[in-house]
Amino acid sequence: MGSHGIRDRVAIIGMGCTPFGEHWGRSADDLLVDSTQAAVESAGMTLDDVDAFWFGTQASGVSGLSLSRVLRLNKPVTRLENMCATGSESLRNACYAVASGAYDVAMAVGVEKLKDSGYSGLAGTTIPAAGDDGRGEATAPANFSLLAPAYAKRYGVEAAELKRVLARIAWKNHMNGARNPRAQFRKEVPMEKIISAPLVAGMLGVFDCSGVSDGSAAAIVVRAEDAPRYTDKPLYIKALSFVAGAADGVSSPGYDFTTFPEVVACAEEAYRQAGVSDPREEIAMAEVHDCFTPTELVLMEDLGFSERGQAWKDVEAGVFDLDGTLPVNPDGGLKAFGHPIGASGLRMMYEAWLQLRGEAPAQRRIGSLTSTRRLAMTHNLGGGPGECVSFVGLVGAEPDA
Amino acid sequence: MAGLLSYGAYLPCHRLDRSEIAAVLGESGGVGARAVAGYDEDTTSMAVEAARAALMSATTRGRVQQVLLASATPAYLDKTNATLVHAALGLASQVLAVDMIGSVRSGAGALALAAQSGQRSLVVLSDLRIGLPGGSDERDGGDGAAAFLLGPDTADLPMIAEVLAQDAVSDEVLERWRLPGAVASRVWEERFAEDIYGPQAAQALTAALERAGVRPEELDHLVVAGLHARACRSVPAAVGVPAARVAADLTREVGNCGTAHPGLVLADVLDRAGPGETIAVVTVGDGASVLVLRTTAALAAVRQPHPVRDQIAEGRPSLRYATYLTWRGLLTREPPRRPDPEPPYAPPAHRRSGWKHALLAAVCTKCGTRQMPPGRVCLSCHSVDAQREESMEQVAGTVVSSTVDRLAFSPSPPILLVVVDFDGGGRLRCELTDATEADAVIGSRVEMTFRRTVTARGIHNYFWKARPLRLLRPAPAGAS
Repeated sequence: MGSHGIRDRVAIIGMGCTPFGEHWGRSADDLLVDSTQAAVESAGMTLDDVDAFWFGTQASGVSGLSLSRVLRLNKPVTRLENMCATGSESLRNACYAVASGAYDVAMAVGVEKLKDSGYSGLAGTTIPAAGDDGRGEATAPANFSLLAPAYAKRYGVEAAELKRVLARIAWKNHMNGARNPRAQFRKEVPMEKIISAPLVAGMLGVFDCSGVSDGSAAAIVVRAEDAPRYTDKPLYIKALSFVAGAADGVSSPGYDFTTFPEVVACAEEAYRQAGVSDPREEIAMAEVHDCFTPTELVLMEDLGFSERGQAWKDVEAGVFDLDGTLPVNPDGGLKAFGHPIGASGLRMMYEAWLQLRGEAPAQRRIGSLTSTRRLAMTHNLGGGPGECVSFVGLVGAEPDA
Repeated sequence: MAGLLSYGAYLPCHRLDRSEIAAVLGESGGVGARAVAGYDEDTTSMAVEAARAALMSATTRGRVQQVLLASATPAYLDKTNATLVHAALGLASQVLAVDMIGSVRSGAGALALAAQSGQRSLVVLSDLRIGLPGGSDERDGGDGAAAFLLGPDTADLPMIAEVLAQDAVSDEVLERWRLPGAVASRVWEERFAEDIYGPQAAQALTAALERAGVRPEELDHLVVAGLHARACRSVPAAVGVPAARVAADLTREVGNCGTAHPGLVLADVLDRAGPGETIAVVTVGDGASVLVLRTTAALAAVRQPHPVRDQIAEGRPSLRYATYLTWRGLLTREPPRRPDPEPPYAPPAHRRSGWKHALLAAVCTKCGTRQMPPGRVCLSCHSVDAQREESMEQVAGTVVSSTVDRLAFSPSPPILLVVVDFDGGGRLRCELTDATEADAVIGSRVEMTFRRTVTARGIHNYFWKARPLRLLRPAPAGAS
């Protein structure tokens, strides 16, 4: 196998993240200026010191020009998109750029301005097509809602019980978001309110779905040996893994909607790159792609945090709570923080940046870091059950011996 | 002369009780119901459904030499609609597919011409009758389609009914008319044409029966169809056909389906007729047109799979009047805050016609895996360009997962999304139509149906959806 990873060869030395929300008064340009300024400031440099940019956005700009025009650069800028993994993808590529030696300082920046369209929910980019996609007008919530009854059926969980488990996930993420000044939604939401919310698709209600918002985040990376020039608390890249699936789950009877095989493969590769043998024991926090509550449930098993068919029990037992064994989405997740597509992956890394360096606010600080549990994970997923892309990144505050 | 080789009829499953119309409009009464095409149906999609029923056998389908689609409510003008029927049936390319459009008489004309032509002709009659709210056309109309394969009698495709004679009268009479683009027909007062049409129909029927060598009192089945009800009712007595021989006109149960109605009633007769029975089909309007047939012994083995009476009995409980008006575009509802749906784009739709219209899946010749939609790379063994085509049109499947989408825009919310695993392999995620949430359960058996999924930017999009088993329902034990 020709994939080797770049463990401990690259470090993040600065990050910035705007608040996410309905920023009627701020344009994509404004958000880009804010996040990039915060990033260079945190690294003690200026934009001039950045040699190359990887700029992620799904639908808020095309070409590197959409960044270089705003920041008045004359630098290499690659605009990229990989559905909801866009932000993580910009980081992945920026890391390879400095690891290769082609550049010394690279910036990954993501932005999305979803609230200018006037539509409720996400509107994808349209490509001229033949009108023969059986999915028709069915929405993302409907697509992901297929996970819930499949999981319930396979593992013998009563529908009402599963509904409570899903609500528990939303409740947790809102609890965490309430402790995060950058999050879109900053109020705790009681379980009963979540459970009784109007249904959107299948058994998913309004609170089972992540919000639509605007935001931007940025990270600056250098080769590990250059990191001390900028900070005494860099974050070392342990793994960057990406899988774009064959999309055969929606065309092949073998797929049962209780897992994302793309995520399983992606996580296995990440663990191999980072030398992780027991994710549940070695990972201190994980930011995962909770576009919908059943997604987070299934991810716990696909990422190896729970045994197959047991994640629902772990959720109810509080294993993934802020004060649990393995805090998941301590910053509120897509659910409470919001999901501006191009920025989300970098927003997740921003939480790892704060937590692993002891800079998260006290009310949100994870207590799970130990000498053997030292890694943070960021995970993104784009597409839907049976046809998705997946990113898994692992970082740590120390290089391995 | 030619004969009838096979037949099929299609009635949509939706109904609107006439009492429901009356109640909303503040009137009383209203008896029976009218058939209502779904929000995702039109005359073209219903024509495909009727044609499928008439052409269940692939051999029969391969022998069609021309397609005539008749409708007073075509989906498109300037563009042929019959080519969609031709594409959906997967017929050979060197086949004439052409429309006969405009009036109820178009259907009768298509049958008459097909009977005279030396070709094996698929004639499809399809109509969707609306009128101004509160009017008789709305109340008494119906939506449906019927299809007939006519051609020479051959050993492998024998006649199920011989055409004995035809006759017609043509008259320029301003009895019913509609300008293109208008919602509703206009008619002159009913008593005017009763004295014109009645005698014309009688004249044509008498002449045709004489030429066929059938005495009126011996005729086994008389079908009289047309939009002028009083004129139609006067025909049997005027010619001397006993009342008991007049075929039930089905208007109370499903309404008058315009161009399709003579075909619908004929199909109902054929569903039950024995060998050697004579049938006269009279279509009244702008004169009259008559076809006289006699069934053969071959009919019993070639009945359509889903009889008209069963389709009538399986009608769903009445729609609300507001739903009917919304579906027919007579009540414009507030749109959702979502992007407009996309129309199909011509080049990809043309390239993908096999899948889009005829539901041709790809089967890998190396490993046998079936995949939908088709692609050049096998999803199982990754062989490239090793695929052959296979029609899914007559393959049933089982729902393995389903959900209800309450957010998506639909004229008939909510949308039911199902994942179907097909008998013999292959999986498709698609919409479930003609169904309620209770039908969208894991384990339900479904088949595919041809629908107009949306009209966007003035372009109709046609594709397939799943529906509870109808055409492919297994025959009950003990059925012939």
